[in-house]
Amino acid sequence: MSARAAARLESLGFSEVFHYGAGKQDWFAYGLPREGQETHTTWAVDVLLRDVPTCHLGDLTGEVRARLPAGWTKCVVVSNEGVVLGLLDERGLESGPERAVEQVMEAGPRTFRPNVSQQRVSQYMDDRGTDMALITSPDGKLMGVLRLEEVKGR
Amino acid sequence: MPMVIDRDEVRRLIQVGAQLVDVLSLKEYERAHLPGAIHIPLKDLGQETPARLRMDTPVITYCYDLQ
Repeated sequence: MSARAAARLESLGFSEVFHYGAGKQDWFAYGLPREGQETHTTWAVDVLLRDVPTCHLGDLTGEVRARLPAGWTKCVVVSNEGVVLGLLDERGLESGPERAVEQVMEAGPRTFRPNVSQQRVSQYMDDRGTDMALITSPDGKLMGVLRLEEVKGR
Repeated sequence: MPMVIDRDEVRRLIQVGAQLVDVLSLKEYERAHLPGAIHIPLKDLGQETPARLRMDTPVITYCYDLQ
């Protein structure tokens, strides 16, 4: 739509017209300033934890478990490019140290865009009885997570 | 043909005074938009548009994503 708008502006005589292809979904995904009614709504991107433990499909669960930072009971499975592929939860981590992450992870976990309200993500975690939600960029890359304990503590 | 630009280039152009045009619906615009953006839906772009924008300053259009 904005490509057509840019072309139309050019046809109207504007000489320097640019088209921000990725649009506001991309802008908001990176937590850049916004105006409008939702300026005072807390979005996921405003409160997410960016320092999140990650692992890869071929890693062994025993190794992943050993390097998991204190306080973390899950690990996000990502590709070399950082795209979310799965989630290794408590059950996967306890499934046996020699098993590959790919065999025991939850494939295709639910993810949220960073411009979703914190309240909506929190409600999802409450409804599903889970304590963590993944936040990804428009191209599927892990941006961070929201954890119920921090969200409830706010 | 208008050049497609990325987030970094948008930020750079804003710093030099570029005008941002949000072409989404009014509801979407009012919900959230880029700082300083004005709202001109695609269907409203026409002969009267030059009166709403400066002709001698870069203009950046955007919508939600690659739609």
